[in-house]
Amino acid sequence: MILTGNLLWVLVGAILLGIAAGLNGTFAFLQKQSLVGDAAAHAALPGIALAYLIVQQKDLPILMLGAAITSTLAVYMIQWIVSQSKLKADGAIGLVLSVFFGFGIVLITLVNQGASGNQSGLNDFIFGKAAIMAKSDLIWLSGSALLIILMCLLFFKEWKLMIFDPVFAKGIGLPVERLRILLTALTVLTIVTGIQAVGVILMAAMLIIPAAAARFWSNHLGIILVTSAFFGALSGAFGTIISSLRVGLSTGPIIVLSASSLFLLSYCFAPTRGLLSKSRKKKVVKQHKVVQEATSHE
Amino acid sequence: MNALQVKNLTVAYEEKVVLNEVNLSVPMGRLTGIIGPNGAGKSTLIKAIINQLPNKSGAVHVLERPLNPKDHTVGYVPQRNAVDWDFPTNSLDVVLMGRYGHIGMIKKISAKDKQIAMDCLKNVGMEAFADRSIGQLSGGQQQRVFLARALAQEAEVYFMDEPFVGVDAATERTIIAILKDLKAKGKSVFVVHHDLQTASDYFDWIILLNQSVIASGPTESTFTENNLQDAYGGKLFFMDKTKSNKTLS
Repeated sequence: MILTGNLLWVLVGAILLGIAAGLNGTFAFLQKQSLVGDAAAHAALPGIALAYLIVQQKDLPILMLGAAITSTLAVYMIQWIVSQSKLKADGAIGLVLSVFFGFGIVLITLVNQGASGNQSGLNDFIFGKAAIMAKSDLIWLSGSALLIILMCLLFFKEWKLMIFDPVFAKGIGLPVERLRILLTALTVLTIVTGIQAVGVILMAAMLIIPAAAARFWSNHLGIILVTSAFFGALSGAFGTIISSLRVGLSTGPIIVLSASSLFLLSYCFAPTRGLLSKSRKKKVVKQHKVVQEATSHE
Repeated sequence: MNALQVKNLTVAYEEKVVLNEVNLSVPMGRLTGIIGPNGAGKSTLIKAIINQLPNKSGAVHVLERPLNPKDHTVGYVPQRNAVDWDFPTNSLDVVLMGRYGHIGMIKKISAKDKQIAMDCLKNVGMEAFADRSIGQLSGGQQQRVFLARALAQEAEVYFMDEPFVGVDAATERTIIAILKDLKAKGKSVFVVHHDLQTASDYFDWIILLNQSVIASGPTESTFTENNLQDAYGGKLFFMDKTKSNKTLS
């Protein structure tokens, strides 16, 4: 395999994206907001299509802006529905996700039937196509990913407290509401950054799976973040390489499959909370009990 | 100087009034028990005082000033079940959270803050568990970590929400010793408490609450049969302290 020119850039972008999603996703995962991320990702589609319809060209920063607007709108609609109606979060998320995604598909179809037809390449935003990204697009992606990584490092301490104990956080004067909005905004930014490479349907998987897998490896947030970032980078790199080798394979699904493999490995073999370590601990407890019972009978 | 002064505090959730025209003043250096039946609004009172509730009216002064988190005057121990103990962090990290107000946003935790947090853990007899993840602690140990976090705030006035619920006898003794120590250092402590049997032993000031203040004052004049009957109404099934029955507590 030849790692030259554009592919090298694509790989760097995918790795940075994986790290950003791994870090940001861990916070969203611990906040139990992963599914909101999923809805936000699906809701990016109508934004992309609308932006394209308005400017009539595939200009990534503008498409990202459109995606950010509809994603943010979706997040606010979920919060609004939960606060204003008797509907619970899962219902609200399901509703908003499908409405926005359905609307997005309709718009994409309209674009594809328009003057430029299938030339728009918007279909690639559904499942992602990292390998064909232009260098200028990759610079946008990398810059945005670096910004997300930097913010996650800066606000590590504040987000940790805000997620663990928001009442206490507010009591010591942390601007909890603003911190929460910042985290949500960064989640939207992560999604928007990844949509071209990974696609709107599976982008949420980049937020959820590395974080969920990393949780098995440690009870320490710092270690979980590093592990999650590593898993994100690994699946990002793997997805990009595989999808660039074979014509017609989208990046998103390969990334998700790699991340899922890492998840499965973690679920079974992680030393802290994995399946094997659990059964081992149970065995130790059992033996301990047997010994105790034996001695108590004496 | 008053540690706490509350004027006309009213809190309502949707249609339901939880606290109605609460008026209080408690002098400094007291160990105050906030007592009342279930649903009396004890936790709500504490949350309203430390500024957690937007839907309130009235005025609260702590040490004669409106509360400002930047003054670091108030320390807080929430109910133990208010947080997810499966959160990936260890005892020392939780205690360090008590320092965040002093450290400031984005800034790094210094060695001095770590030392203070470690001393607070030692104070509650938990220094051996500094690296232990919080999910692996017993209920009593978790409560001690929460107490240590409040101590790390180095506040003047402390508010604690049911610190004795679900803890072992050793933890209860540790907490009481620390409360008395705080009082000896001139700090003011407010504790939401529901065990009437221990209340008069633990506290030298009592606030009897049932949506509004039934009585507030030094324990000997406030913790009386009449006042308790007023606060608890028919729900009061145990009265005579001399007949104290261990199974009740």
